Amino acid sequence: MTLDAPTRDTDAHSDENAAVVKPNRLAIIDGDVHTAPSSLSELAPFLERRWLQHMQTYGSRKRHGSNYEPYPKAAPRAMRRDAWPDDGGLPGSSLELLRTQHLDHYGVEVGIMGPLGLSGQGEINLDLSAALATAINEWQRDVMATPEPRLKASIVVPFEDAAASVREIERLGADRRFAQVFMLTRSMDPLGARRYWPIYEAAQAYDLPVGFHVFGAGGHPYTGTGWPSYYIEEGAGHSTSCQTVVTSLVMEGVFERFPKLRTVMIEGGFGWLPALTWRLDKLFERMRDEVPHLQRRPSEMIREHIWLTTQPMEEPVARAHLNETMEWIGWDKLLFASDYPHWDFDDPFRAFPANVGDSRKRQILTTNGKAVYRLG
Amino acid sequence: MARHVIAPVADLPVGARKRVILEGRPVLVLNIKGELFALSDTCPHRGASLAEGILTGHVVATEPGTYVYSREGEILRCPWHAWEFDVRTGRSWCDPKHMRLMQHAVSVASGVSLLESGCVSASEAPIKERGCVSASEAPLQQEGPYQATTFPVRVENAYVVVDTPD
Repeated sequence: MTLDAPTRDTDAHSDENAAVVKPNRLAIIDGDVHTAPSSLSELAPFLERRWLQHMQTYGSRKRHGSNYEPYPKAAPRAMRRDAWPDDGGLPGSSLELLRTQHLDHYGVEVGIMGPLGLSGQGEINLDLSAALATAINEWQRDVMATPEPRLKASIVVPFEDAAASVREIERLGADRRFAQVFMLTRSMDPLGARRYWPIYEAAQAYDLPVGFHVFGAGGHPYTGTGWPSYYIEEGAGHSTSCQTVVTSLVMEGVFERFPKLRTVMIEGGFGWLPALTWRLDKLFERMRDEVPHLQRRPSEMIREHIWLTTQPMEEPVARAHLNETMEWIGWDKLLFASDYPHWDFDDPFRAFPANVGDSRKRQILTTNGKAVYRLG
Repeated sequence: MARHVIAPVADLPVGARKRVILEGRPVLVLNIKGELFALSDTCPHRGASLAEGILTGHVVATEPGTYVYSREGEILRCPWHAWEFDVRTGRSWCDPKHMRLMQHAVSVASGVSLLESGCVSASEAPIKERGCVSASEAPLQQEGPYQATTFPVRVENAYVVVDTPD
């Protein structure tokens, strides 16, 4: 891996899609870039020897098995087939390729990293979970964010252990190379539950948004009634996992207790939010005495505290429907995310419906991200 | 029509691919089991290069529980979002109703292909021949509305030549 200064020489791509891509015409804030060490050995310098030996001897054991992902993917490791580095490493492991293929190519000013593999989240052994989270945080900082300031790290927290999570936030929270606290939507309990509150309190204290990325190994099937048969169903199920998170955060009163908390739903799309909000408001109006700790309607809390990344953007046949949905959610609440280097990547210049318009596109691609993430 | 010499035939053996820029546009030339194909190398869905897509087969079900696998190695799958393109026609194959349920735009097509002589054009390849449906049934799969530019390919004096339209 070479860690040279950022190159603006995009010859490798200059003739590819030349008519479409005009690098740097917008300073894009990308809310979901999946960097990853290629192997345990790349993470080893940041992992305590005791836990390195544990991983080498016993390996990972998550709540739904030893494999990180319960469903096979549409492409190897769910990666874009053109994103595998020549050095044989994992997509997202090569800073050089990440620069030429993504940061330079699209003019990404800030990419928020969201590590998924070897990040410790979902490990049943909570001490291992915490050790891996610490290691992946230091890997992000030292291998990626320090040599490439366009990349911002996430504070990956072993969120089933709130005390360890708070320690990690307090250890790294003042470091401006970290832009958010990173959690997953599939947790042991709905994420508004009391035992997660210390994480939100710490995030608020450090002015860090909490990102909830889809996936996770909470030990529950991927639907409310069991394991579906197909990868397609897993893909559709991400939106329901996001709905569980939003509902729980609102109803448990997380936003009442942490009124400055900013949260971002990552990679769940957004088309589901209006219907969920309408339903929550209706139920709340009828049964508000069940949740007297809520001072405001769910829709108000959602509007104030929840942002959503756009990928994987819904693609209705009538694209105007998508426009209406975005209008309802709020042009200031949507954040562009590419999901690079995963196969369901969104291209910042092609993903949006044509009628969104340049100023709103600029909001989603740039302005909103600068407001939400702790940048600079 | 402009004619572009791509490579000596020997440089494109069975299984080889070559990506070229013709009149400013990327074109992918493939040798599949001895047949040469040329496709526009910009996926009409989101613009990815198809050059690193896998060649796969076509799976359809005439009814639930009955499957037909055909066209092995002739369906080029986009390395990003997995849209499938028939290398002989450049058309994507998908069921509009199914795609609408999945909230994906139906209409994707890219590229083109054709070979020397006697290459059957896309619209002439009856679905029935591929074992998907009986003649009396509605087509299970329908051609999308888009048609990518096609480039005839032939071997001439032992060079691979791709033609681009005027």
